[in-house]
Amino acid sequence: MRLSELPRGAPAVVEGVHDVQAADPIAQRLRDLGFVEGEPVRVVATGPMGGDPILIQIGFTRFALRRAEAARVSVCVEVVA
Amino acid sequence: MSASTLRIALVGNPNCGKTALFNQLTGGRQKVANYAGVTVERKEGRFTAPSGRVLQILDLPGTYSLEASSLDEQITRDVCAGNFPGEAMPDLIVCVADATNLRLHLRFVLEVKRLGRPVVLALNMMDTARQRGIVIDVLELQRRLGLPVVETVAVKRGGARGLIERVDGEVPTPASVQALDAASHADLHAQVRELLAATVSMPRTTAALDDALDRWALHPVFGLAILAVVMFLVFQAVYAAGKPMTDLIGDGFGWLGEQVAVMLPAGPLHSLVVDGLFGGLGAVFGFLPVILVLFLFILTLEESGYLPRAAFLLDRLMLSVGLTGRSFIPLLSSFACAIPGIMGTRSIQDPRDRLTTILIAPLMTCSARLPVYALLIGAFIPTRKVFGLFNLQGVVLFSLYLAGILGAMAVGWVMKHIRRDKSEHALLMELPSYRLPKVRDIAIGLYERGAIFMKRLTGVILGLTVLMWFISTFPSPPAGASGPAINYSFAGYIGRGLQYIFGPIGFNWQISLALIPAFAARETAVAALATVYLVGGQATGGLGHALAGQISLASALSLLVWFAYAPQCMSTLAVIRRETHSWRNVAISFGYMFAMAYAASFIVYQIARAMT
Repeated sequence: MRLSELPRGAPAVVEGVHDVQAADPIAQRLRDLGFVEGEPVRVVATGPMGGDPILIQIGFTRFALRRAEAARVSVCVEVVA
Repeated sequence: MSASTLRIALVGNPNCGKTALFNQLTGGRQKVANYAGVTVERKEGRFTAPSGRVLQILDLPGTYSLEASSLDEQITRDVCAGNFPGEAMPDLIVCVADATNLRLHLRFVLEVKRLGRPVVLALNMMDTARQRGIVIDVLELQRRLGLPVVETVAVKRGGARGLIERVDGEVPTPASVQALDAASHADLHAQVRELLAATVSMPRTTAALDDALDRWALHPVFGLAILAVVMFLVFQAVYAAGKPMTDLIGDGFGWLGEQVAVMLPAGPLHSLVVDGLFGGLGAVFGFLPVILVLFLFILTLEESGYLPRAAFLLDRLMLSVGLTGRSFIPLLSSFACAIPGIMGTRSIQDPRDRLTTILIAPLMTCSARLPVYALLIGAFIPTRKVFGLFNLQGVVLFSLYLAGILGAMAVGWVMKHIRRDKSEHALLMELPSYRLPKVRDIAIGLYERGAIFMKRLTGVILGLTVLMWFISTFPSPPAGASGPAINYSFAGYIGRGLQYIFGPIGFNWQISLALIPAFAARETAVAALATVYLVGGQATGGLGHALAGQISLASALSLLVWFAYAPQCMSTLAVIRRETHSWRNVAISFGYMFAMAYAASFIVYQIARAMT
């Protein structure tokens, strides 16, 4: 699943970030910001107009991402045991 | 102990408190606020450590990574690598990290460590970390990192004592240089995870307060409503709190002028002091309280951490007019003054977004225009309550600000459609924790703004006012002249010449003339009008009265609209040149604003004249 499709509040874990072009600077920056495999993420809020951008909680930090940026991040929804 | 200078660079993620620490160390007064990208230039300061050694501190823009993606981040990268022109490589790097946000910030610490330079880690905001129940095993962190680690609280007096002691001692031995490749990016994160697991315990990942506030502040409906109310209150408050003080100062200067007037013999000197200095400068000085009230609100908003939330709410709207949510903060600071606003655009990564923001920033109503607005609104708009709640004068002021914003949106939309490159823009913006604004920081900010205003007043505005007085007074009318003396002065001739251009939008010759010094500094328009009318002997009972008697409501409205859109002051154009390295952008900026202002004023004047 892509991070852009993750429902609000659902806990998930990052699988990876995909480059949409060769040496994608946005993908690289996402990795620098901590979007790496195994990191727990959550959608905290969505923007008032068309649900864009979305606010992501990752680690102790909140980042606002546009949906196109969030679509680079693949996540899997955590199954709480 | 050597007495040589030690060069220290402060680096770290955005908004971790580098500048607060810099101010604490050097006694500096650099601007601090609660959002990423406040510092966009390298700033230098120095102090003498207890050992007698001089420490030279460099404050650098925050960056998430040494692989820079914006102009301000490049500065930090180049200084750290010793590639910055005219800047020697720092002897010691102090890496500042927010103790409440270590997962993100430690990654950068590890990246800096790989540079192979001597590094000290400062764990900042330790007070907030303790309040949130975060426990950090500093000794263990120090052992695992192989770097000296000190705790700091940059916003408290003495909060940097540990850091001073550490940097004043031995320079730590650097780690070995390690280049960063694709595989090691993942390594860094793995190392951070290990470090955190071994040294940090955290009761919860976020501050409970942030969660509670963001539920409302970012709510799709309430969030926008809160934003609108906040903005509207600011403008109402500027009027309600600033205006009475302005009147008080105006009266004070009038009285002072009269006292001086009786002591001076009649003649040119009398006229210069009474009309030029007390009349002209006094009129501008009176607006200091209004400007300070505006800054009080802007600084409070900046400190609180609310601004990036507003950027989040407005991102989609701004995207539709060719901007980005990131443009919001530079544009908001342009309400104070376009110059810091334009410089603040350095934190926008995308060059197209940055250029659009630079070109529309002067359309945000800067504080220098407030005196002009306040004068004209006070003279022409009645004090009436609308909807039993709002002051009509406040509503008109708000509409003028709104006119600037709508104009900016229109220009952004046009630019979006004429540019060819339509590739993707990025937002990627960090929302900081909310923070209670510090009285000391706001007081410093207000003092700095007040000082800048007074410097302008006693510098460029004073010079221009004396010049205006001179050209309004000389040459004296020829013997046997029948009209008012000022009609025969240089001012009379220049003003009447300009009227060919500005007549169609309803400006008389006095106003047309005042537009020239206003191009150097907006506020001077008030001083210039005061001087011209006083010398002309038509300003009995205050400048507002004189204007109300001399020009029509249609002309006044036209002039208000002109100031909303007119090409902004010379300093702004100079900054546009410096920031974009292009005269073409200066010409575009000047040209489109002149055309826009002329067209808008023409329409307003013709409609208002037909209706009155």
